[in-house]
Amino acid sequence: MGRLLMLLAGLVAAGLVAFWVITAPDPLPDDAMAGLKGDASRGELVFWAGGCASCHADPQAKGADQLKLGGGQRLESAFGTFLTPNISPDPTHGIGAWTLHDFADAMLRGIRKDGAHLYPAFPYSSYDKMTKGDVADLWAYLRTLPPVATPSQPHELSFPFSIRRLVGGYNFLFVSTDWVVTGDLTPVEERGRYLVEAVSHCGQCHTPRNALGGMQTGRWLAGAANPDGKGRIPNITPAALSWSRADIVAYLSTGLTPEFDSAGGHMAYVVENMGHLPKSDVEAIAAYLKKVPPMK
Amino acid sequence: MKPVSAALAACATVITLAASAALAAGPMDGAIKARQGLMDNLAFNLGVLGGMAKGAMPYDQSAAQAAAGNIVTLTTLNEGAYWPKGSDNGAVEGTHALPAIWDKPDAFMGHMKDLHDAAVKMQEAAGTDLSAVQGAMKGVGGACGGCHKQFRAPSN
Repeated sequence: MGRLLMLLAGLVAAGLVAFWVITAPDPLPDDAMAGLKGDASRGELVFWAGGCASCHADPQAKGADQLKLGGGQRLESAFGTFLTPNISPDPTHGIGAWTLHDFADAMLRGIRKDGAHLYPAFPYSSYDKMTKGDVADLWAYLRTLPPVATPSQPHELSFPFSIRRLVGGYNFLFVSTDWVVTGDLTPVEERGRYLVEAVSHCGQCHTPRNALGGMQTGRWLAGAANPDGKGRIPNITPAALSWSRADIVAYLSTGLTPEFDSAGGHMAYVVENMGHLPKSDVEAIAAYLKKVPPMK
Repeated sequence: MKPVSAALAACATVITLAASAALAAGPMDGAIKARQGLMDNLAFNLGVLGGMAKGAMPYDQSAAQAAAGNIVTLTTLNEGAYWPKGSDNGAVEGTHALPAIWDKPDAFMGHMKDLHDAAVKMQEAAGTDLSAVQGAMKGVGGACGGCHKQFRAPSN
């Protein structure tokens, strides 16, 4: 065999090894959640701040039915259709057989119980900035919800996006636990940043994405195409959103804009969720939004 | 241009304009205008209550009661003729009304009822005090959003 051929084979092998290493799921250390005891009543606030029901409950659900997290919502995207899974405590169809550590791997590392990557339609790329305490509280609350015996449906994705291993490459390129807005922030603004950038995952819809679906954090919250292809999600940086802090608080509390039009589409679900939070949290979000770099 | 041909050209322009106006004025326009006017009326009266609720204007009991009373009245209109079949955003221009309204009429009517109930609560609150108005805003806003999230298309 010629030397050149040997060299080529070596390069291909090195490439494969690099691919394998980069795309491998990276779970939390075994003792990551050791000693953490979740508090279900605090977890209920995390649940509403995180908007879990908006994707995992029936979109028509009202009241107590919003706590039946059987999944099945279809999320259209450029890569195919994601079907939200059952995350109720049902041991067969939901996540009743998971441990806190399994749940933390999903929230903080984007990995499901069997060790495979979750798709980033599940916003672990925001949740990964959450505190372990909040994850434990949320887990304690989820355990109290009614089990739903509906099987999760497979995603309908086109090749090559159907290969879960590739999500590792996405994570390598686009997922980080760093804050986007840095610098001097008051404790209230920091609370707002924690909600907007982590738990409430506002950037997932309000920040534009590149061709591979990675968030363009250089244009943080500057508005984006609606992932389902209909219309645009607005720019909420100070360059476009001229509302006062009181206007933002009123909008997130009631769903009514300063013109007394109302939130529609997915944002109406977000407003419903925000209605469960203390006013101080909504005020913190408004304070943080004023600190976001203006983008035209 | 000779006077006659100028006149002809003018006539042709008028006819073209009239024809395009006729094309633009579809049979659903009246109903769409009526329901959008109804929404504007709701927003105008909500503006009084919301302005007080967020501190943009002082609480004024009689103004609050007038606005809340108007909202209750607006929610008692029989809107049957406002929502003719075929006036959704897939069939005609100038509306954000989604076809789902006609697929799920019971759910749609249920939201109308939610708004009426929230408006009645607001009417009570308007005669009480500012904090009652602030508390009732969430119910009214929630009723608006509850319907819009399923039955109204995004604005662009």
